[in-house]
Amino acid sequence: MKEADFRDNETLELFKKSGGNILLTTVDAMIDWGRSNSIWPLTFATSCCGIEMMATGASRHDFARFGIEVYRASPRQADVIVVAGTVVNKMAPVLKRLYDQMSDPKYVIAMGACAVSGGPFYYNSYHVVRGVDHVIPVDVYVPGCPPRPEALLYGVMQLQRKIRLESMSSPRQTVELK
Amino acid sequence: MKEIINLPVKNVEEEEYHINMGPQHPSTHGVLRLVVSLQGEIVKNLKPHCGYIHRGIEKMCEKDTYPQIIHLTDRMDYLSAHINNHAVCLLVEKALEVEVPERVKYIRTIVDELNRIASHQLWWCSFGMDMGGLTCFFYGLRDREKILDIFEESFGSRLLHSYYTPGGLMMDIHPDFQKNVKAFIKYFRKKIKDYDDLLTGNVIMQLRTKGVGILSKEDAISYGVTGPSGRASGFSCDVRKHHPYGVYDKADFKEILGTTGDTFERYMMRMHEMHESMKIIEQLIDNIPAGDYTAKMKAVLKLPAGEYFQRVEAARGELGVYVVSDGNKSPYRMKFRSPNFSNLSVLDHISRGCKIADLVAIGGSLDYVIPDIDR
Amino acid sequence: MDNAVLKERILGLVPDAEYQENKQFLTFIIPPAKMHELAFKLKSESDLAFDYLFCLTGVDMVKFLEVVYHLESTTHQHQLELKVRTDDRVNGAVDTVCDIWRTAEFHEREIFDLLGIRFTNHPDLRRLFLEEDWIGHPLRKDYVDEVNIVEL
Repeated sequence: MKEADFRDNETLELFKKSGGNILLTTVDAMIDWGRSNSIWPLTFATSCCGIEMMATGASRHDFARFGIEVYRASPRQADVIVVAGTVVNKMAPVLKRLYDQMSDPKYVIAMGACAVSGGPFYYNSYHVVRGVDHVIPVDVYVPGCPPRPEALLYGVMQLQRKIRLESMSSPRQTVELK
Repeated sequence: MKEIINLPVKNVEEEEYHINMGPQHPSTHGVLRLVVSLQGEIVKNLKPHCGYIHRGIEKMCEKDTYPQIIHLTDRMDYLSAHINNHAVCLLVEKALEVEVPERVKYIRTIVDELNRIASHQLWWCSFGMDMGGLTCFFYGLRDREKILDIFEESFGSRLLHSYYTPGGLMMDIHPDFQKNVKAFIKYFRKKIKDYDDLLTGNVIMQLRTKGVGILSKEDAISYGVTGPSGRASGFSCDVRKHHPYGVYDKADFKEILGTTGDTFERYMMRMHEMHESMKIIEQLIDNIPAGDYTAKMKAVLKLPAGEYFQRVEAARGELGVYVVSDGNKSPYRMKFRSPNFSNLSVLDHISRGCKIADLVAIGGSLDYVIPDIDR
Repeated sequence: MDNAVLKERILGLVPDAEYQENKQFLTFIIPPAKMHELAFKLKSESDLAFDYLFCLTGVDMVKFLEVVYHLESTTHQHQLELKVRTDDRVNGAVDTVCDIWRTAEFHEREIFDLLGIRFTNHPDLRRLFLEEDWIGHPLRKDYVDEVNIVEL
């Protein structure tokens, strides 16, 4: 992503908030800078996209440059859940439980065509959930089958941009899905 | 003087308790739920619960045409994706009695072997990581990137290519393919010595794997364990030798059999297999004949009515494809005999009496890929 | 042992086995009651020695349900295909062979899950892939799922 695009948050109409206190804005900027550069994901790889996620963490396309230092095995300690792979009917309650166990603020990246919309299994499969956003709210969608590691890194940078827009005055709360 | 109170002393025996190595676990290599019944730290019983990635591929195949099924087979055992494709392509070609050009057979064999090396590299890196040696993760993936570069140059994608089609290949290989493969072999022969230095000779690794998870030859045959896990127990099951396909009959390679069938032996089998694969590639890479990259096929492929079966040697064992056709462009019933399904069924049998930490080592040495189990 | 001798042998063991034409394997249709006994003999007799069951499939031919066994001998290198049919689509049952070939345990659970064929004397016959409370058997031809499956 070009640096100009990365820093250009003003044009994101969707996320525009009303102007805040100048002091709070500087504090917000610093806190959000810290949070966006240190996102720790949960190990959740169901199928083929998991291999590309591992490859992104390996030495060539290094995840750790972007602050994703380690993978946490326990959902209580993780910030983001990267849903890499197909989610099926049997796995959906497990995913929901994992998401509920994560503590706020939490984010979700849907990686791969299967997590975005069901992917190659959209037609004629009796057991696949067509897109992980039927189960948990998603922040960033990364398409591809499987997406290249560079694509996943682009997705992570988009998430970083999203985090930088948050403010202490209206902290991110998870909406309870019924 | 204090009164000594005699309390009734209960004979405290350790009771069995069940723990759940749940679907989301760093070292189950996917979404597999193991309900392990433990007594202290010893495993008494183990029940695998599959189905957390069951996508219904066999039902989907009944609605797709044969070229479309190739794309689905990629996603079953995604680490040996080409070999899965190869099985379906061979089946369709045999049923339609189509003769593919020699060039296609050579390229398919070479790419299959490259895929096998890539799969074993990934196995090695996750095996080391599960046992605690995180360096293995980086070494294995670094070297795997070189193979993925070759694939990307010729086929356009890193992991799932769907490069083989019934009748031949999607497109011809890149002109630099042979040069790059030869450079890779030279590079990897040096690096595989590092692998041996790092993990094979490591005292901790040897203590954790020697004598653990022993599988006898009769059990291996009865449970249908094939591939490197079966060969480690002495079961000679290499489909490339018994029912050759491609140009494996022109290449000279050994089928190495083990004796004890323990975890260390299964580990060594895969290291040997990487060497043998490199030998096969070296023998074939310079002799790729010129020619077409595909035979002439009709636009719509309809297999004549009847049954067909094709066996190939995937990276993890014997993959079988069984098709019952009624003359249409989609199969009536398509069944994949997946190697990981049988390999998993033996996990209960060989891990009785081991400690729970050994379970991770045994599971890593059996090398199962869960989407292939659940299809 | 070549196919002609093998054919005589099998017909000798089970006279009412029906031979079926097949280009690839020697194929017989065995009555369900005789299957277990034949399987035991196939494994234990030393000149047959079929110790490797390499594929166990269930097929839904609409008029009947079929279980297909593909066997190989690791010592003699001959192969065989056996089929067992049952007409009963509701409670069709076939004898299990998992006491002879241990690999059949999981395969038979899969066939029960996806096709609904029961296996008598199986140690643990329950669904393998789908949830315990799933209704229906997906691989059957009359399985209806309006939401997911597109009928063209």
